[in-house]
Amino acid sequence: MKERELVIVGGGPAGMAAALAARASGVGDVLLLERDQHLGGILNQCIHPGFGLHHFKAELTGPEYAGRFADLVGRDRGIEVSLRSFAVGLNREKELSYLRPGALEEVKARSVILATGCRERTREMIPIPGSRPAGVYPAGLAQKMVNLEGWLPGREAVIVGSGDIGLIMARRLALEGVKVKAVIELQKVSRGLVRNVVQCLEDFGIPLYLRHRVSLIHGRDRVEKVDVVKVDEEFRDVPGSGFSIPCDTVLVSVGLIPENELLEMAGAEIDREKNTPVAPSVNLTSIPGVFACGNACKVYDLVDWVTRDSELAGRLAAEYLGLGKPPPARDASE
Amino acid sequence: MTADVIIVGAGVTGAAIARELSRYKLSVLVLEKEAEPAFGVSKSNSGIIHAGTQNPPNSLKGWLAVEGNRLIREELAADLGLDFARCGQLIVVFDPADLPELEKIKKDGEALGVRGLEIVDRAWLDANEPNLGPEVKAALLAPSAGIISPYRFVYALVENAVKNGAVLKTSRKVTAIRRPAAGGFEVVAGGEVFRARFLVNAAGLYADEISALAGAPAFKITPRKGEEYLLDKKRGHISNRILFPLPSGTSKGILIIKTSDGNPMIGPTARDTADKEDLSTSDEGLAEVLAGARRMIPSLSKSDIIAYFSGLRPVSGKDFIIRHEDGAPGLVNAAGIQSPGLTSAPAIAVMVADILKKHGLGLEPRENFHRLRPRPVHLFQVPPEETRRLIAKNPAYGDIVCRCELVSAQEIRDALKRGARTLDGVKFRTRAQAGRCHGGFCTTRILKIMREELGFPVTALTKRGPGSELIKDERKWPSEELDRSS
Repeated sequence: MKERELVIVGGGPAGMAAALAARASGVGDVLLLERDQHLGGILNQCIHPGFGLHHFKAELTGPEYAGRFADLVGRDRGIEVSLRSFAVGLNREKELSYLRPGALEEVKARSVILATGCRERTREMIPIPGSRPAGVYPAGLAQKMVNLEGWLPGREAVIVGSGDIGLIMARRLALEGVKVKAVIELQKVSRGLVRNVVQCLEDFGIPLYLRHRVSLIHGRDRVEKVDVVKVDEEFRDVPGSGFSIPCDTVLVSVGLIPENELLEMAGAEIDREKNTPVAPSVNLTSIPGVFACGNACKVYDLVDWVTRDSELAGRLAAEYLGLGKPPPARDASE
Repeated sequence: MTADVIIVGAGVTGAAIARELSRYKLSVLVLEKEAEPAFGVSKSNSGIIHAGTQNPPNSLKGWLAVEGNRLIREELAADLGLDFARCGQLIVVFDPADLPELEKIKKDGEALGVRGLEIVDRAWLDANEPNLGPEVKAALLAPSAGIISPYRFVYALVENAVKNGAVLKTSRKVTAIRRPAAGGFEVVAGGEVFRARFLVNAAGLYADEISALAGAPAFKITPRKGEEYLLDKKRGHISNRILFPLPSGTSKGILIIKTSDGNPMIGPTARDTADKEDLSTSDEGLAEVLAGARRMIPSLSKSDIIAYFSGLRPVSGKDFIIRHEDGAPGLVNAAGIQSPGLTSAPAIAVMVADILKKHGLGLEPRENFHRLRPRPVHLFQVPPEETRRLIAKNPAYGDIVCRCELVSAQEIRDALKRGARTLDGVKFRTRAQAGRCHGGFCTTRILKIMREELGFPVTALTKRGPGSELIKDERKWPSEELDRSS
């Protein structure tokens, strides 16, 4: 089995920042695994601006932000990038296996950083009862369809959840001529950034129903309508408050779940509620020499904080390898 | 052209009958109203291959379940490359006063031919099912029970039947059945007329309507809805066997099922409904299922649930209706196939072949009957050495599309070659989109592979057939036009 100094799983903004920081701290050999066909992670589909206001003091789109890191990674001969590479196994001895077209590879890593990001919470997990027609999509999937493929998922949409992905997609669909009839939010305030509520909903005249929930999805083969009901402070349905919204599409934006199944497979301790690593401080895991960074650690609302967090993880890995200076002590409450 | 037999319905019953009849020199035509086989009742089946207990003695269910179990265990699992796991089942009791009832189930089961039944005590349960809650006092162990993927069972039967000469036509809903003076049947489906000497009705929820169209005396199918809830694969270790409570009058109760794909499943409910198309789930169903499951395994929680669905059992009275209809000569009904229908299917098929033979269908064995069907590749089921071998043969087995279930691009293409035409068809054959992210990451890639292999534009791709189109419009990038012109 080939030995590598540092293997990083995930080539999104977290993995790339960690790779560059580890290299800057003296790590000679970094293997960066990315399952997609390009580096950039989820940023590749976030074509709206608003990234990098802190880190670059500029207003960039997702691909532009990711592109700056991908350029630096590409020019760094100490970072080997392996695309279309999907990590399938990790154990406590830091032996890692991954699949790529044409090969099942195994490496022994001296240190590992997991930058595996998040997945979306789905309709089934909430759950929203009713039928199971075509036309119900996680908002991030709809974003990928529209922005990377040019596919419109529907013509009349209701969005469940006012997190940033839901708000961004409300505007995105409206810009493509889709009638966005409502954003339905369970809490009494929107979960997204204020600027998104203004720029995505108010500016487009899209109604936001706070303290409401979608109680039923109708439609046998394709969505036909949703039932919506108001809830009180205890989240109980308010009798008589129900109404229906005809639509052919439902986007679900109800939160992100950190992806740590690989870490769990390795036997590390995982917080069952949050699905994040349990460790004495941020970026560590219960396996020495295995670190985590970015959204896999904590769901950040700005990628600038992902970058900062991941640079620290890169430096921690370098320190573990006996290189570089340890980063300043970090408060877990950050 | 007149077929020997038309089978209406390509669910597990129709598929099993088709495969059985394909052993003989017959022309067999299967008409399925949905876009793919198994899209009706069968896809919502829990996948349990029952030991054969809990059926009334002197019932068709009684002996067909035991015989079906045997045929699957001893022949079909190996011959058809099925992923059948013989995990066994336990019927548990919470109250020592219920032990006599458990004893009775054991005795009745033995009378039906079920072997290996044994009453086990708390000590045995502590050693073998450590997650069972303290309320469970004892259980009846049935080692011959197992678990299978219900839709992959149907695909295996259909593929093998077709390989042996049966013809399958999908999206053909039967709307009329005529009796020509010369005999036989004229079946109108999807705007075409098909002719056959014999007609087998395996139409699931609509078997009553098909039987009536054929002029047979009436019976009624009442849909009985069951909601099922799938748990994260990470909880796969919570039980080693299928767990049942004591049965009630109408149902076997809320079970904890080890599905063949590794996710535990809890359910089903049992609620009669009037609507043959109502597959909705409910908050009440969830509550009932969770309460029932937690009585057996208290550590289960709502946050373990990653998916849910419901199915409709086609109930007609207490037993299967499998008979030649003398009032409509040439028609054999295989109707009311509710639990233990999946288990019984291979035995039902043999019984139907027998009935047809008694009524004049010659059964001459086919010389080149292809008994075997190779097991399709599923990366998530194979050890690393096998994965390496597959990748060496075809690099695309290493190109992972669905990461939650480890499904490669080649498996998706294989599924399309084997007959998948819809997104659900790809999901049921490969497991892609059935994992914890529900297609959040893999759907665009799957649709692109489908577009490439099937040659349809993306706007024609459906979830489960016409009406369930996934993408309403496709925008072309200006650069595509530029590329084409240069």
